[in-house]
Amino acid sequence: MVVQYLAFVIFSAFAIIGAAMVVWSRNLVHSALFLVMSLFGVAGLFILLSAPFLAAIQVLVYIGAIAILIIFAVMLTRSMTAIREPFNAQSWLGAVIGAVLFVALVAGMILPVWGWGSLPTLPQSDVVGTTRDIGIALVSADGYVLPFEVASLLLTAAMVGAIVIARED
Amino acid sequence: MVIPLWMYLIVAASIFSIGVFAVLARRNAVAVLMGIELMLNAVNVNLVAFWRYSTTDSSMGGQVFAAFLFVVAAAEAAVGLAIVIAVYRNRRSVIVEDVDMLRW
Amino acid sequence: MNFMDPNLFLWLIPMGPLTAFLIIALATNRARLIPATDPHYGGHHPDYDGMRVPVVRDSSRVLSITIALSGIVMAWILSWRAFFAARALPHFGEEVLGSQFNWMSLGRGFFNIGVLVDPLNATLLFMVPLAATMIFVYAIGYMAHDPRQSRFFALLSLFAGAMLTLTVSDNLLFLFVGWEVMGLCSYMLIGFWFEKESAYKAAIKAFTTTRVADVIMLLGIVYLYALTGTLNFRDILWNQATLDLLTTTPAILFGGSLSAAELIGIFLIVGTIGKSAQFPLHVWLPDAMEGPTPVSAMIHAAAMVSAGVYSIIRVFPILEAGMNPHVGEFSASMLLMVIAGGFTALFAATIAVAQFDVKRVLAYSTISQLGFMVAALGIGAYVAATFHLITHAFFKALLFMSAGSVIHGVEHGEHHAHEHHDDDDDDEEHAHHHDVAHDQDAHHSDHHFDPQDMRNMGGLREKMPFTFWAFLIGGLSLSGFPIITAGFWSKDEILADAWLGLSHGYAPQTFVFIMLAISAFLTAFYTTRQIGLTFFGKPRSVAAEHATLGAPIVNVTMVAPLMLLSFFAIVAGYVGVPKEFPILGWVFSRQGNPFFEMVNHSLLHPTPHPYFADVLPAVFTSFAVALGGIGLGWLIYIRKPLEAGQQDPLINFLGPVWNLLEHKYYIDELYVILFIKPAKALAHVTSEVIDRGVIDGFLHLVARTFVFLGDLIKVFNAWLIDGFGDAIPQGVGMFGEWFRRVQTGRTQQYILLTALAMIVIGIIFALSVGMLSAQAVGF
Repeated sequence: MVVQYLAFVIFSAFAIIGAAMVVWSRNLVHSALFLVMSLFGVAGLFILLSAPFLAAIQVLVYIGAIAILIIFAVMLTRSMTAIREPFNAQSWLGAVIGAVLFVALVAGMILPVWGWGSLPTLPQSDVVGTTRDIGIALVSADGYVLPFEVASLLLTAAMVGAIVIARED
Repeated sequence: MVIPLWMYLIVAASIFSIGVFAVLARRNAVAVLMGIELMLNAVNVNLVAFWRYSTTDSSMGGQVFAAFLFVVAAAEAAVGLAIVIAVYRNRRSVIVEDVDMLRW
Repeated sequence: MNFMDPNLFLWLIPMGPLTAFLIIALATNRARLIPATDPHYGGHHPDYDGMRVPVVRDSSRVLSITIALSGIVMAWILSWRAFFAARALPHFGEEVLGSQFNWMSLGRGFFNIGVLVDPLNATLLFMVPLAATMIFVYAIGYMAHDPRQSRFFALLSLFAGAMLTLTVSDNLLFLFVGWEVMGLCSYMLIGFWFEKESAYKAAIKAFTTTRVADVIMLLGIVYLYALTGTLNFRDILWNQATLDLLTTTPAILFGGSLSAAELIGIFLIVGTIGKSAQFPLHVWLPDAMEGPTPVSAMIHAAAMVSAGVYSIIRVFPILEAGMNPHVGEFSASMLLMVIAGGFTALFAATIAVAQFDVKRVLAYSTISQLGFMVAALGIGAYVAATFHLITHAFFKALLFMSAGSVIHGVEHGEHHAHEHHDDDDDDEEHAHHHDVAHDQDAHHSDHHFDPQDMRNMGGLREKMPFTFWAFLIGGLSLSGFPIITAGFWSKDEILADAWLGLSHGYAPQTFVFIMLAISAFLTAFYTTRQIGLTFFGKPRSVAAEHATLGAPIVNVTMVAPLMLLSFFAIVAGYVGVPKEFPILGWVFSRQGNPFFEMVNHSLLHPTPHPYFADVLPAVFTSFAVALGGIGLGWLIYIRKPLEAGQQDPLINFLGPVWNLLEHKYYIDELYVILFIKPAKALAHVTSEVIDRGVIDGFLHLVARTFVFLGDLIKVFNAWLIDGFGDAIPQGVGMFGEWFRRVQTGRTQQYILLTALAMIVIGIIFALSVGMLSAQAVGF
C-alpha cells in the first residue's frame, strides 16, 4: 500500500511538475522535454490505475509520436531572435483563470462530491484492463466497433489534412 | 492504503489548469499546442480514474474512451503542427499574437 | 305687353342706341394689326413707329356704322312718335304719357322707376334724337379714316342712349344714372385720340371737374329723398303738399336762413354748374375740344350741356321754393342761378373775343349761352330757358359740325399742299404763294401746323361754299339776327322776361338784363369775327388754298346734316313767336305762342305770359345788340379781311386786356395752384409716406419677423431635432466602432474570454443546482 501511495506521489509529481515546467521554461526545447516528463508521469498514473495498455499507448503514441512531432515542430520553427518573452500580454489574466478554474474544480466539485460526499472513493474490485479486453471491446459488434471505424476515418482525414496544409505550395 | 479517487481527480484538475494557463498565456504556437496536449492528458487521467473507480459492471468503456482520445489528440496534434508549419513558412514567425488578420 | 301703347314704348326709346352700343362693342369691333408707320393708322403717334397697332377692319367699320345709325334712327322714330302722341293728349301737362314699375322694395314701401313724357320732355324728345342722328351721319364722314372708328360709334351710341335715358326718366335717380353715364362717355370720347397727351389730360379734366359737381348734386338728391321719401317728378313737382313740405322745412345746413327746398336747389344747381360748365367749373369745356368734332357737337350742343340745363329746368318748382320771382321774391337758389348764369354769360363772351382756335370760340360761346339759360331760369323764365335750350342745340350743333368741316377741309388742304409743293416748283399759278409756302416750310420745321387756328384760314368761302352757308346760318342764329333766325326768338324771349322784371324795378332781373344784353352784343361780335377770319379774304396759308372736303361720299355725309340743321336753325324759332308780334304773330301764333302754351303747362303753377307791348324795349334791345355786334364785326374783320401774318387789330385796341382775355383770365393756372398742386402733394404723401412707408413698412416688418422666426426654428430644428435624430445612428456607430475592437483576431484572447464565460456559467450552474454552497466553500 505504501508503495502504491509512494508511486502515486512520484508519478503525480512527475506529471504536475513536468506540466508546470512546460509552461514555465523559456526554452522551447526544454518545454518539449518537460512535456515528455509530464507524459511519463501520466503513463505511470495509468499503470497505477490498472490500465497497462493505455500506459503503453501513452508512451508509444503520445511520447513517441506526438511529443517527437512537437520537438520537430519546435526545431523547424526556430526564429532568429533567441531571447523572447515567453508570456503574452494576457498571461496574468490567464494565470488567474487557471487558478480560478483549479479552485473551482477542486473545491467546487471534486472535494464536495468525491471528497466527503456519498460517492465511493475506493476501487471496488481488482479489475485490470488488459489488452485483450480493450481489443474485444474495440471490435465487438456490441462494443465500440463503430467509434473505432470512425476514429480511423478521423486519422485518415487528419493525415491528409496535415499533408495538404504543410506541403510547399 | 488505497488511493482515493479524489486525489487522482485533483491531479487531473491541476494538469488541466496548467494546460489552460499554457494555452492562454504562451506566445509561441507550439507551446500552445503543448498546453493542449497537457489538457488532453488530464482528461485521459480523469477518464481512466473514473473507469477504475466506477461501481458499474466492468466494461471497458472508460479505457476505450481514453483510447479514442489518444487518436483525437494525435490527429489534432498533427494538423495543428501542420498549420503552425504553414504559418511559419508564410510569416517566418510562430507567435500567436501576430496572427490577427481576422481582426476588425 | 302692348308696345303700341304710347305709354309703354317710351321704354324703347333709349333701347335703340344702348343695344347698338352693346352690339358694336362686343361684336363689330374687330381689328387687324398693321405696322404703326402705315398711313392707315393716320400717324397718330410717332412713338409707336416700329410697333404693330390695331386698326379696325373694314367689315367692322361698315357694320358698326350701320348698327349705330339703326339704333339712333330707331330712337328718333320712337321719340317723334312719342312727341306727337303726347301732343295729341288733351290737357297735355296735366295728363302725361308714362309708365312705372316697382324696382326695389325698401323699408318704406317701393321705389319705382319709370318713364315719363310731359311737355318739357317732349320738346327734348323732339330735338335730341334729331340732332344726335345728324351728328351720327356727320361722324361717318368725319371719322372715315380713323383707325378706331367702331369704338367711336359704340361710345357715341352709348352717349345717345344715356341722354335719352335721362330725357325720358321720370325720377331723379334715373336721371342721375343717365347723367353719370354721359360723364363717362364724355371722358372716353374727349380722350378718344388717347395717344395725344393733351387729349387724355383734357378727358381727365372734364371728368374730375364734373365729378366734383356730381357729388354735390348727389347730396342734393339724397337729401330730397330723405325728406320726401320719393324721387318721382310727378310726386314731387305736381304735388303741392310735397312742395310745401320742402319749402317749410328748415334745411339741415344753414337752417336759419335756408329752407330745405333752397338747399336742395343749391346742390342741384351746383351739379348743373359742373355739367353745363358755368363759372367756376367751366374749365373743362374748352379743353374738351380735344375730342373729335362730332363729340364736341354732341357734348356741347345736343346732349351733355343740355342735360345739365334740362335737369334744373325740370326741378324748377323746387328751386322756386315757394317764392314767386315774377313779383320780386327770389329764393336763394334762384339768386344763385341769376348770379352764376349772368356772370358766366358775360365772362365767357369776353374770353371768346380773344380766341384764335375756331372750336374754342364755339366752346366759350356755348358756356356763354348756357349762362343765358341758367340766368333765364333764375329769373323765373321757365319757358324762355327751355326755348333757348332747344334752339341753341340746333344752331350750336350746326356750328360745331361746320367748324369740323372747315378743319377737315384745311387738313386735307395741308396734305394736298405737300403733294403739290413736291411736284411743281415753277408753275405760274402757284408762284405767288411760293413765299407763303416757304414760310409754311419754315413753320413746319419749327412747329406743328394747327389746322384749327383761324389765322391759318381765310378765303374758305370759295373753297367750301356749303360749309360757309351752314356756318353763316348758324352764326347768325347764334348772334340772334332778327326775325329770320331761331336764336333771335329765344334770346328775345329771355330779354323780354328780364325786361319785365326790370320795369318793375326788381334787382335780379335788372342784373340779368344788363349782363345778357352786353353778352349778346359780344356774342354777335365774336361770331362775326370768327366768320370773317375763317371765310372771308384771301387764304392765309397753303393749306387753306387747297382746302377741300375730299371724297364725295365724305362730302355728302358731312354736308347733308348741316343742311338739315340749318333748316331747323332758321325755322325752329317760329314755334315761339309771341301772339302779338306784327305779321308773324298772326301767321304762326294765332291761338297763342305754341311753344309757350305747351311747355308752360308742365308746371303746376304756370308762369305768367308777358304782354308784348310791355316788353317792346327788350325787343328793340335785341335788335340793337344783334345788329350792332354783327356790324362791328363786319367793320373790323370783313370789310378789310385779315392778311397773312397780320396781327388781329383787337390786340392793339385792347392792349394788356387782350392778354388777360386770351389766357382766359388765367383761371386754369389759378386752379393748378389752388387745387392741383395740393392734391398732387397729398397724393405724394399718401402714396410714398403712408402707403409705401407706413403700410408697406409694417408689412415688411411683419414679414421680416416671421422670416426671422422661421430661421430660429430652422436652427432649433437642425440643432435639436436633427441632432437628436443624428445622435442615434452616430451613437450606434460609435458603439460599433468601440465594440469591434473585441475582435482582435487573436485566438488566445478568444479562448480567454471563452474560459471566463465558462467559469461564470459554471459557478452560476453550481450555485443554482446547489453543488456549491457557502458552507462548502468556506470549509
